[in-house]
Parts: sequence; C-alpha cells; structure tokens
Amino acid sequence: MFGVSNERIDVQQLRDKIKNPGSGGVCVFEGWVRNQNEGRTVKRLEYEVYEPLAILEGEKVIAEAMQQFPFLEANCVHRSGLLEIGDCAVWVGVSSPHRDEAFKACRFIIDEIKSRLPIWKKEHYVDGDSGWVNCERCASV
Amino acid sequence: MKIITVRYFAMFREHAGLAEETLELEAATALDVFKLTQNRHGSTEPIGHCKVAINDEMADWSSAISDGDTVLLFPPVAGG
Repeated sequence: MFGVSNERIDVQQLRDKIKNPGSGGVCVFEGWVRNQNEGRTVKRLEYEVYEPLAILEGEKVIAEAMQQFPFLEANCVHRSGLLEIGDCAVWVGVSSPHRDEAFKACRFIIDEIKSRLPIWKKEHYVDGDSGWVNCERCASV
Repeated sequence: MKIITVRYFAMFREHAGLAEETLELEAATALDVFKLTQNRHGSTEPIGHCKVAINDEMADWSSAISDGDTVLLFPPVAGG
C-alpha cells in the first residue's frame, strides 16, 4: 500500500504493518533530508505532492514490484510539506520469505517512485535562496 | 476553440504565477496545450521529462483534448 503524509513518518508503525508469519525478513529503505546538495548547504526541503495521482501511481509501482519479485507485504509512504534536515522523506519496506525478493522489490519501488510520481522537491538553502530539484535519473538521461 | 482548464504544479505554477486557469484554446492535443500555455507565460522549460494528465489520468502528449477537459501540466518530478 502507498500513502502520502504531511506529518512525521512513524517508522515503527509502518514496519509493524508489513509483519507476516511467512516472512523471513524485511528490507527497508528510508530516504532522509541531507544538508548538502551539489555543493550548496541545504536548510530544509519542501515537497509538493499531487496526491490523487501520486497515490494511484504509487499503488501501480507496488503492484509491478509484486509481479516481478513476488513478496508477501509492502508499504511505502512519502512525505509532503516542509521537512527539516534528518527527517524521513520516504519510507519503503518489503517483507518476503527470502531476502533476494525483498532487496530487489525495495530497490525497484524506491527507484520508480522517485522518477514516476507527481512529487516535486524544493530546496531551501542557508543563503536564503531556493530552487526546484530535478530527479537524478531525469538529469542523467 | 475549446474551453480548457489548465493546472500548473511546482515550477510551472511559479512561472505562471497561478495554480489554475480556464482558457479558450485552439488545441487538439495535450502538446498543443503545453506549447500554448508556455508561450502565454514565457516559460522555457524543455518538454523532455515533463508529464501530462488529463482529467486526473496520466496521458501522452499526443492525447486528444476535448472541450471541458482539465489538463494537468507536471514539470520534471523529483520524489524521494
């Protein structure tokens, strides 16, 4: 399941939701707000999310991951609004009987979410300037 | 001419200075809407990684536009 939250992500609660007696492990990716990007010192981040389509597309990404790397449970939440350095911006967790599917599905989900969902990131710098960030995969193509 | 509601997000909203407007446009496709509104607001963002949705469904730039549609223009995304 995929969700968008404008409040602090409760990591423990999300992790509990993907517990399953058939799972032998969980693979989790947490995206954090860092204080540097391309040589500039970042003070905080702002995420703009168009929720109706972000949720539809996020659910689609998880369904695609399930088809390619069958797992038992997956959950993903992306933040919206203003975030401070160190805050969790995105959380992905996949539990499965064996680790291989969990690692692969987790990687697939975070990569697709970064490049497909209608989510935009604005960095606010310590010098008072700000700017929208292009996705890494887009910028490298 | 068609009456089209156009919604702008992130940097597009900042370029346009508004989040949404309803326009009378000579537009057959989503691409026409993109180009016409870019001219209108003097935006120069290349279409490369921009995306479009029509009436809350992801669409292609070649998708046909009908009178009364809402076209959502998404600049390059950056989740995570």
